[in-house]
Amino acid sequence: MTVLLNEKTKVIVQGFTGKIGTFHAEEMMNYGTNLVGGVTPGKGGREHLGKPVFNTVKEAVQEAGAEASIIFVPAAFAADSIMEAADAGIKYCVAISDGIPAQDMMTVKRYMYRYKKEDRMVLTGPNCAGTISPGKAMLGIMPDHIYMEGNVGVVGRSGTLGYEAASQMKERGIGITTSVGIGGDPINGSSHRDILEHFENDPDTKAVMMIGEIGGPQEAEAAEYFKNHVTKPLVAYIAGLTAPKGRRMGHAGAIVSGVGESAAEKVALLKEAGVVVAPTPSDLGSTMEQVLKDL
Amino acid sequence: MDIHEYQAKELLTKFGVSIAPGGLAYSPEQAVYRAKEIGGNKWVVKAQIHSGARGKAGGVKVCTSEDEVLAAATEMLGRTLVTHQTGPQGKVVYRLYVEEGADIEREIYVALVLDRVKQRVAMVVSSEGGMDIEEVAATNPDAIIRTEIEPQVGLTDFQAREIAFKLNLPPALITQAVKTFKGAYRSFTELDATMVEINPLVVTKGGHIRALDAKMAFDSNALFRRPQIAELRDKSQEDPRETAASDYGLSYVGLDGDIGCMINGAGLAMASLDMIKHKGGEPANFLDIGGGASPERVAKAFELVLADEGVKAFLVNIFAGINRCDWIAEGIVQAFKQVEVKVPLVVRLSGTNVEQGQKIIDESGLPIISAHTLAEAAEKVVEARNQAVGA
Repeated sequence: MTVLLNEKTKVIVQGFTGKIGTFHAEEMMNYGTNLVGGVTPGKGGREHLGKPVFNTVKEAVQEAGAEASIIFVPAAFAADSIMEAADAGIKYCVAISDGIPAQDMMTVKRYMYRYKKEDRMVLTGPNCAGTISPGKAMLGIMPDHIYMEGNVGVVGRSGTLGYEAASQMKERGIGITTSVGIGGDPINGSSHRDILEHFENDPDTKAVMMIGEIGGPQEAEAAEYFKNHVTKPLVAYIAGLTAPKGRRMGHAGAIVSGVGESAAEKVALLKEAGVVVAPTPSDLGSTMEQVLKDL
Repeated sequence: MDIHEYQAKELLTKFGVSIAPGGLAYSPEQAVYRAKEIGGNKWVVKAQIHSGARGKAGGVKVCTSEDEVLAAATEMLGRTLVTHQTGPQGKVVYRLYVEEGADIEREIYVALVLDRVKQRVAMVVSSEGGMDIEEVAATNPDAIIRTEIEPQVGLTDFQAREIAFKLNLPPALITQAVKTFKGAYRSFTELDATMVEINPLVVTKGGHIRALDAKMAFDSNALFRRPQIAELRDKSQEDPRETAASDYGLSYVGLDGDIGCMINGAGLAMASLDMIKHKGGEPANFLDIGGGASPERVAKAFELVLADEGVKAFLVNIFAGINRCDWIAEGIVQAFKQVEVKVPLVVRLSGTNVEQGQKIIDESGLPIISAHTLAEAAEKVVEARNQAVGA
């Protein structure tokens, strides 16, 4: 099994006919993702890449049975697209768009709370590389060949550092159930903790790799959740040990602005909770290998 | 994006927050003119730099005569102030703000921040104004009043009243306080701020509530819809390397070490810096070239990193997803033609089209040290740096 996404999931692309949407839609189809169409307002009724284009997400849900969506809409309009997906009954949405204003994301989160938890769309991102269930389906922009099918769940804020983890594991013959990017923004759809819960409930996931970084409370929340609710081993790495306080390190959310937000403090909290912390970013694969051996 | 105190105050007054009369000065003569304009016999001359803690660095002077104003302004203008927020290189004072001196009865701390746990705006108020809030949080946490604000409703009157009563403000001042708190909150949401800090907010002996100092920072992602804020940017307060980088859509942070870095992705960039440090080196910069990097962008990034004369060795670490290794490799070869590369260069390529990329590097005949893993790359660049400085 996988989490959030498998080979049957009916996927649409929001921002389908644009250059970026087109490029990645093709890549996703080539990988085997069950792409059933896309949305570009004003271009409904046409065909693009052999799939139907819809004016609204509601139409895509009604006519093509869309269950999941991936958003390539420009940042200024992306929050609206996420809310449209949530309202149309999409179950899982990945927002790739980078640069959405923080207050727009606050509005999105507030809007999503209109729905009961069981009806509420799961959102990952924005500002992420997406999600991949290796060998089954890809809802993202990652280089798919570095992912191998297997039993480790991966969750991370960074795209390229997630690639680093996947390739280090592949070199050691360790595969992945699903890899989920939660993105580098200060306010995002799902937290490390939320994704950890999905992996805990997935019988095929034997262990989890969490890639965090400086800034925000989410690694501390995950440590707390791990201590009380997770039975599977968790390997973690926190990027930014050398990052100076108060400086934004590329990601909008990667800034140490208060107590508990530095890499050293997060590492200490995770260790205290019983999480195995990889000592350096080049030990992600070897640390996971050791943990799996000890199972 | 940060702005100056005087700019923050000007914005806040539009939202009903009171400030003392004051004016901007670019020369000592203008500072005196401002003092005359304000009148009275007590003024504060304040250096306008993007930093707090200016008082301790000599950037705030209380003056009781025009001569003192002239002397203070002469001393401050053109000076480099170093505070714990500016870094060791400090920031140069090009503008002064001259303000009427206040007779202070009481100082309060007021801030609005993005609460990442609750994913909403929170108001943080402390009865210990004038002090660093982190210090208060550590020594006297009970002095801090924290209020979470429901985004769709905004700061309500009753919440603002609750804060005012908790501060033990006299009943006559409650209305003024409520207006100030609500105004500060509206400035945060209506201008897409990420931080508003009024420290201190004072109660004057005359019974007025005024913002004595103010600091605002804004969400760079929202500047497209806030042109009036984007105009307030003062490049003289930024690290010129960071300004040049942002003009090219690159994300650069200057650091203190001597190993230059160019990496794609913020997480991998931070991890690479950590790895360099782990191998005994010190990174000179953080630089994320982002996805879809064209050869022109790679060349620009080379120029930026190598413009730092302190750089003794250079690491390029690319894990290509949207990027392709062959594009990056072509960019590196092209950069060599445009930029003089005088320091050893270590390149690690991985991901999409790695074979083609590596082939371009290998066949270029350029003095490039190749590495295949993150650990190897960090090790080789630290080694190259040590050889270069003869350590």
